[in-house]
Amino acid sequence: MLGRWRSLSGVTAKVYALLLGLLALAPFIFEWINQPFYLDLLSRALILAIAALSLNLILGFGGMVSLGHAAYIGIGAYSVGIASYYDYYNGWLHLGLALGISALFALITGAISLRTKGVYFIMITMAFSQMLYFLLLSLEEYGADDGLVIYQRSEFPALITMESSTALYYWVFAVLLLTLLFIQRLVYARFGRVIVGAKFNETRLQTLGFNTYRYRLLCYVLSAMICSVAGVLLGNFTEFISPDMIGWARSGELIFMVIIGGVSTFFGPLLGALAFIILEELLSKITVYWHLIFGVMLVLLVLLGKGGIVGWLRRFDAPSAPAPPSTVPRKTGETPPEDA
Amino acid sequence: MDWNLLITQLLNGVQLGLLLFLLAAGLTLIFGIMDFINLSHGSFYMIGAYFCGTIAAKSGSFLLGIIGGMAGVFMVGALVEWLIARKLYRSDHLDHVLVTFGLILIFDTSVHMIWGASGMAIPLPPFLDGQFTLGSLELPLYRLVIIAAGLLVAAFLYVLVSKTRLGMLIRAGASNRVMVEALGVNINRLFLVVFALGAMLAGLAGMLIAPITEASIGMGNDIIIIAFVVVIIGGIGSIKGAFYAALIMGLLDTLSRSYLDDVMKLFMTADYAETAAPALSAMLVYILMAAVLAFRPQGLFPPAGAK
Repeated sequence: MLGRWRSLSGVTAKVYALLLGLLALAPFIFEWINQPFYLDLLSRALILAIAALSLNLILGFGGMVSLGHAAYIGIGAYSVGIASYYDYYNGWLHLGLALGISALFALITGAISLRTKGVYFIMITMAFSQMLYFLLLSLEEYGADDGLVIYQRSEFPALITMESSTALYYWVFAVLLLTLLFIQRLVYARFGRVIVGAKFNETRLQTLGFNTYRYRLLCYVLSAMICSVAGVLLGNFTEFISPDMIGWARSGELIFMVIIGGVSTFFGPLLGALAFIILEELLSKITVYWHLIFGVMLVLLVLLGKGGIVGWLRRFDAPSAPAPPSTVPRKTGETPPEDA
Repeated sequence: MDWNLLITQLLNGVQLGLLLFLLAAGLTLIFGIMDFINLSHGSFYMIGAYFCGTIAAKSGSFLLGIIGGMAGVFMVGALVEWLIARKLYRSDHLDHVLVTFGLILIFDTSVHMIWGASGMAIPLPPFLDGQFTLGSLELPLYRLVIIAAGLLVAAFLYVLVSKTRLGMLIRAGASNRVMVEALGVNINRLFLVVFALGAMLAGLAGMLIAPITEASIGMGNDIIIIAFVVVIIGGIGSIKGAFYAALIMGLLDTLSRSYLDDVMKLFMTADYAETAAPALSAMLVYILMAAVLAFRPQGLFPPAGAK
C-alpha cells in the first residue's frame, strides 16, 4: 500500500485497468448488445460506489465505524429535490447546498460523536441519521413518507446536461474517477498518514503532537461531503426522493459494500458496490426471499473470510504483495468512551 | 387544561418507557458485559410477538402465549449466542454490525416465509380488554397491565442483579470483564445466560405491545434505535441507568407529541408552531442524547467502577 501505484502491479492492477476501461465504454457496450436497462443498473451501482468510497475513507482508513452514512446521501438528494420544488434547477446551487448542509451536519454530529469510541460511536452515528430520517418523515410540505418527485434534473449551464441516461452516466463516472483519485491522494498525503496512524495507535500520534480529534473530525466532514455528492447524483438519477433513502438499512448496505469489496483499499468499495447490485439483481430474480440469502452471506462473510474481493484478487499476485491491513486494530480490552 | 388527557398521556409515556426498558435492559447488558453490538435485538422483539400470537391462537390462552413465547425467544437467543455471537466477542465491532445486520435480514425474511407478509393481529382475552374507570377518568385496562408487567420485570431484574450470585457476576462483568474471567468464572455460560435473558426480555416487550399494534415484519427495527439511545443515555452496562433513561425517553416522546405545539404557540404564531412542532418532537429524543453526551459521555448512570 505504501508504494503508491507500485503495489498496483500484477493481476490486481490489470483487473482494475480492465474494469475502468469497461466502465468508460459501458454505454456503447450496452447499446451494442441492445440492453439499455443495464446502463441504469450500472449508473446506480456507480453512485452507490461513490458513497461507499466516502464511507471507506472514515470506516476503512480512519477506523470510524459509522452506521449513519446514508444520511448524507439523503442530504444530497433532498438538496436537489427541495430546490427543484421551488423551481431552482441550477445544478451548482444543488451541489453548493448539498456540500454546505452536509458539512454543517457532519461538523455538529461529528463533533459530538467523535468524543466517543467503539460501540458508542456506532450507535450515535446511527441515532443521528435516524434523527434526520424522522425529521424528513415529519415534513408534510415535502411529501413526508410519500416522498417527492423531481420533475427536472439539475441544470449545469455551459456544461453538458444530465438529461439523457448516457449523459448522466458519464457525470457519475467522472465524479467516481475524481473521488477515487481524491481519496488516493488524501490517504497518501500527510493528512491521511495521521488518520491511518491514529486508527492503529492514537496515543502515539498524540504524543507526537497531533490533535487527532481535529484530524478525525475533518476527515469525517470530508467523507460526508463526498457522500452528499453521491446523493445529488442519486436524486437526479431516480428523480424521486423519500426518507427511505436514509433508513438505517441503507447505511448497513453501504457498510456491506465496503466490506465485500475490500475495506481499506482504494478500489474495494467500487468492486463491492458492483457486486452488491449484481447480487441484488440476480437473487431477486430467483426468489422473493432473496434477503435471506443476503443475510446468510453476510454472516458467512464475517465468520469465514476477510479481505473481500480485493483480498481475493491479491492472492493471485506475487507473495510479496501486501495484505490488506485489518479494519480496526484487534481489541486489547475495553474501548470506553474518551473522557473530555 | 384537560387533566384527564394529561393523566392518560402520562400513563402512555410510562408505558412506552417500560417497553423501552425491557428492550434496553438486555441491550445494555450485552453491550456492557460482552462488548457486543447487537443490531438484531429488535428481531427478538418481533419474533416474541409472533411466537406469542401463534401459541395464543393455537391454545386459546393469551397467558400461555406469553409463557411459551418467552421460552421460545429464550431458546432462539441462546441459539444465536451459541452459533454466532460467541465466535465474535473478540473481533472488532464492525464484524458485530455486519453479522447482526445479516441476522435482521434472516429473521425478517424467515418471518415472512413462515407467517406471510401481512401482520398478525393478536386478540386480547376478555378479562384484559376492558376499561378501568376512576371518577371521570377512563383508562384502557390493558395499558395498566403493561405498566404493571413492566414494573414487575424491573423489580425482578433489580432482585436478580443486586441480590443473587448470577447478578453479582453480571455486575462484575459490566465493570471489569477481564477480571471476572481471570477469577475463573465460567464466562461462556454467563454470556449465554445474559444473551438469552436479554433476548427474552425484548421478546416480552414485543408480546406486550402486539395486541395493541399487531405483530408485523420489521416492527422492532425502529423502536430498537430509541432503545440504543436509552442505553447510551443511561450508561452502557447499567440496568438502573436503562430504567431511568427509558422512562425519561418514553415520557419525553409521548408528551412532546401531544403538547409541544401548545408550548410553542406561546412564543410563535400558531401556523408556524403547527409545522415546527412535529419536526422538533421527532428530533427531541436525539437532541437530548446529544446534550447528555456533550456533558457526560459515559452516560447518566455508568456501572460502578467501569472505565
